[in-house]
Amino acid sequence: MLRIRNLDAGYGSLTVLRRVSIHVKPGEIVAIVGANGAGKSTLLKTIVGLVRPRAGEVLFEGTDVSRTPTEAIVRAGCSLVPEGRQVFADMTVWENLLLGAHVQRGKGGRAGLQADLDRICGLFPVLAERRRQLAGTLSGGEQQMLAMGRALMAHPRLLMLDEPSMGLAPLIVRDIFDIVVRISAAGSTVLLVEQNARSALKVAHRGYVLETGTITMQGTSEELLANRDVQRAYLGKDANEESERGAP
Amino acid sequence: MTGALAIQYLVAGLTYGTIYAVVGMGFNIIYNTTGIINFAQGEFVMLGGMIAVSLHAILPLPLAIAGAVLATMVVGALIELVFIHWLSRPTVLRMIIVTIGISILIREVALLIWGHNVRVLPYFTGNEISAIDLLGARISPQVLWVVAVCAAMVALTTAFFQWTMLGRQMRACASNQVGAAVCGLPIRRLVTLSFVLSAGMGALAGCVVCPITYTQYGMGTGLAIKGFTVAILGGLGNSLGAVAAGLLLGIIESFTVSQLPTAFKDTVSIAILLGVLLLRPSGLFGARVATRA
Repeated sequence: MLRIRNLDAGYGSLTVLRRVSIHVKPGEIVAIVGANGAGKSTLLKTIVGLVRPRAGEVLFEGTDVSRTPTEAIVRAGCSLVPEGRQVFADMTVWENLLLGAHVQRGKGGRAGLQADLDRICGLFPVLAERRRQLAGTLSGGEQQMLAMGRALMAHPRLLMLDEPSMGLAPLIVRDIFDIVVRISAAGSTVLLVEQNARSALKVAHRGYVLETGTITMQGTSEELLANRDVQRAYLGKDANEESERGAP
Repeated sequence: MTGALAIQYLVAGLTYGTIYAVVGMGFNIIYNTTGIINFAQGEFVMLGGMIAVSLHAILPLPLAIAGAVLATMVVGALIELVFIHWLSRPTVLRMIIVTIGISILIREVALLIWGHNVRVLPYFTGNEISAIDLLGARISPQVLWVVAVCAAMVALTTAFFQWTMLGRQMRACASNQVGAAVCGLPIRRLVTLSFVLSAGMGALAGCVVCPITYTQYGMGTGLAIKGFTVAILGGLGNSLGAVAAGLLLGIIESFTVSQLPTAFKDTVSIAILLGVLLLRPSGLFGARVATRA
């Protein structure tokens, strides 16, 4: 579905990603974990064309999209739920969802649009309740659901999620990851990027560890969860923080 | 001041106020989709009037006006495609300088084409001396044209942004650029469209006021300052705020003229602009502007 080879990317004189290679097979949930600033968001932005790669290939369903405009990539079936949700705050929940359906215009007609809205509301009942509310007045978890619903309106074959758990209460994080599993079961392939490595790897089939712009480890989720280095660096984070806090 | 005279000033104020409101809305349309303040906004009004006068030599008035609006829309599109399109992530200062440069360019080209003479379109209905009696004041029918056309434009653009998918897409660009991009919206084309729309509105306003205010190559600068004042006063990005602020500024100006020498007219609007920028930069009705992050 997605194959990235030797990707270099960055902003201005800053190189963020160095020779990154990953792949995602149809039907998989793949997690990319790593610390803040490792380049996880840049990777997803490069895939969807918001950042241009310096070198390397991004193959989406066999086609090189590394020079393709974002609009065409989304149309081809690759959607990103960006970091920080990026909902249209001063527009209603309903309008946000309609805008998500932009690349589907003319495909399913009015009936298709209604079916899509019903499908999203089945997945996120709270969005139906709040359809007339401005997106900016929603809670963080609801905004995350809206951003996911908006992306799903485009019928993505590959759904990419950037830090879906950021800033959310643990219970909401669990809901969001449950929904990720349901989206995957409904036929979308999922690539997700998370600092919350434990939650991400629990739902994922495979994972990659990204450190300062380079893939340092990869494997099945079970392998990564059992790996000592991963445990020390990403899963035992809380214990480390506490020992630091205890020090003078 | 007698009641009739007061009404006379009030109507004059409303006439100018609607023009300011339309120029202010033009600022808002472009600001809303791009974050750019287009200081060439007043030139669209001038071009509308000038082209209509030239076309009227060979065409009937309605066709001349339609032609002028379309031609100015083409100019708007060209400005965006030639000067704005290829700038990625321009700074605010750079954009201000670019649009001021465009405004000077258009003005000088207009001077070459039309010279410095004042041009005028005939009254749409009646003539210079026909008047309608309103509570003792005498109102030119052209004033009604100005108010009606501008009101219709404001209503239509508001409805366009609120209810059509294209309008929603433009608002989405304004609301969140990253969000708009990941929805696959054609951002570049929407930006061009915002210039076209804003040019068309300015041009139509330029046509309807031409019989009253006349059109001269340099009229755009003054209008841009007034329109900018109105856009700021109403809260940048808030179209209905711009309308209210436009009417307010027109009326204030009109009554200033009744009390002070005419030369003070522009001083008042610039004083208001400075006052608002210093004391209340989000504008009188500017709560919504805070949502633009």
